[in-house]
Amino acid sequence: MSVIESSGLGKRYGHNWALRGCTLAIPRRHVVALVGPNGAGKTTLLNLTVGLAAATEGIVTVLDGQSAGSPTALDGIAFVAQDTPLYKNLSGADMLHMSRNLNRRFDDTYARTRLRELDIPLERKAGAMSGGQQAQLALTLALARHPELLVLDEPMAMLDPLARHDFMATVMTAIADSGVSVLLSSHVLAELERVADYLVLLSDGSVQVSGEVDELLACHRVLTGPSANAGVYARQLNVVSARSGEAQAHLLVRTDGVNAPVPYGWEAHPVSLEELTLAYMRDPAAAALPGPQRAAVAQPVVARH
Amino acid sequence: MAWVTWRQHRLTLAGIAALIGAAGLYLLITGLQMRGAYSSVAACQPANSPLCQRAAGEFLDAYAPGAGWFLGLMQVIPALIGAFAGAPLLARELETGTFRYAWTQGFGRARWAVAKLVPLAVAVTVSTGAFSALIAWYLQPIFSAGDDKGPLDPTVFDMVGLALAAWTLVAFAIGVLAGFLIRRVIPAVFATLAVWSALAVVTGFFLRGHYAAPLVTTSPSNPAQAWVLSQGWFHGGAPASLDMINNTLARVDVRAVTPELFQPGPATPANLGDPVNYLIQHGYTQLTTYQPVGRFWPFQLVEGGWLLALSVLLIATAVWLVSRRAA
Repeated sequence: MSVIESSGLGKRYGHNWALRGCTLAIPRRHVVALVGPNGAGKTTLLNLTVGLAAATEGIVTVLDGQSAGSPTALDGIAFVAQDTPLYKNLSGADMLHMSRNLNRRFDDTYARTRLRELDIPLERKAGAMSGGQQAQLALTLALARHPELLVLDEPMAMLDPLARHDFMATVMTAIADSGVSVLLSSHVLAELERVADYLVLLSDGSVQVSGEVDELLACHRVLTGPSANAGVYARQLNVVSARSGEAQAHLLVRTDGVNAPVPYGWEAHPVSLEELTLAYMRDPAAAALPGPQRAAVAQPVVARH
Repeated sequence: MAWVTWRQHRLTLAGIAALIGAAGLYLLITGLQMRGAYSSVAACQPANSPLCQRAAGEFLDAYAPGAGWFLGLMQVIPALIGAFAGAPLLARELETGTFRYAWTQGFGRARWAVAKLVPLAVAVTVSTGAFSALIAWYLQPIFSAGDDKGPLDPTVFDMVGLALAAWTLVAFAIGVLAGFLIRRVIPAVFATLAVWSALAVVTGFFLRGHYAAPLVTTSPSNPAQAWVLSQGWFHGGAPASLDMINNTLARVDVRAVTPELFQPGPATPANLGDPVNYLIQHGYTQLTTYQPVGRFWPFQLVEGGWLLALSVLLIATAVWLVSRRAA
């Protein structure tokens, strides 16, 4: 029961590989945060998932093995692209009409109710709406299709904090109501922390971290101790990243779970998703990937390039 | 979906309607005036009397040049529709990013492309088809009065019959495909104009004359309203050069500026008559290769047929590319 599965997936534009050797198996009913620095291949991976790009090598399937971009796959996936493209010269009502005509399933009542709740006038042209209203309209059009998977590419990049909050509230309501799986890419790590329960971190075109957020947080610790002997411990432990000041050093380490030993004179703190993500993004060589039978074990396997 | 296509492209469609409507109104007004003037020519009896011939000549002098200008202007209609209605259709989707909405909807891309392209293709074809029927109505008195130009004449042929609609459809299809391949509106507009013009020139100059084997005549007067492809003098079975013709005509002090244009000199005998007949009497033959006016409809069917087939092919290719090719 996986919502996205890829194996050796790669996409090349000209001489540059935007994505390479991407192997993923994301189970259903998760809110998957796809993060990574600019140019890491996030949009490429999303485009491959919704069939807007064709793989150069490898395969990607969605919704239990359907080939990405096929009509059956598209029927179950709703996609809101970056900058939420809408026809600027069409009104909200026209956009509803169009979506209804382009989809087998379209819940007109849901869409109209939702837009009324959001105070988005149906007769207003999309081009005359605020960025937040356009994003909400695009999201409403996507959700009214009652998709099994909702894919959002940087949906909040152009929104102010209030609009971001409202946008994510709509997404969370839909998840609670229908159990839709969500895959969203974003730069806004703080927003993701609230909603995401699965993390995929891309770096330089390949998967650096992939796993459920709870498991990832459970097996990472921040150790704080004297800088003087940081180097010694760093050799003994799985250090993802190390920051040393004059007196104190902070080590983000992978542990074997709850009863991992804490060195004498050091303190262990749980790590936040944002800290974890930033630490991995700072050190692209470190990786945390699930093993082949990841579903059975709540224990990611450590891999080093 | 057709309704949304209409909503989305109503400005374009309104532009086409305004262009064709204004031209049509002009045709209607001048056409009715022309018919008023022609009624006296048509009523003249007997029709081949010098008086009636003169009346017909005067009618043509008054109206044929205006019709010629008008037809010349209207040659741009297919190119304009192809460039401004066809080229932006897919190019704008790609340029503004709306394809990322349109191509990820549940029914898939092929259906979206068909629902967008086919109604517009039908609309431009039907409207220009109706317009060309109006042009044919407008030109009818001019042909009836015995204008030299027949309906096969290159400036007339692609404005009447099936040709205008077919040329517009092919321009639209070229625009659609160019827009998809180039992905930007302005370059696609220019590419459409260039490709369509090239196709029209190649067809007019090199293809159309060969839809059927041309006829050849040695008669010095051209067959009525025929489309003359080539004309030349022969002597003893070989083409006669301008120098040979001038050598022969020097005896009567006539100079041939071109093989068809003659200039008498001071010593030219008054009773010489037509230098063409003088040349024929002196062993020359004038060969005229032409398409007779009776071939108008067969030619329209051939040209309309292959243009329609080409348009369907281009639009089908665009739909196939939209449904297959990754953006």
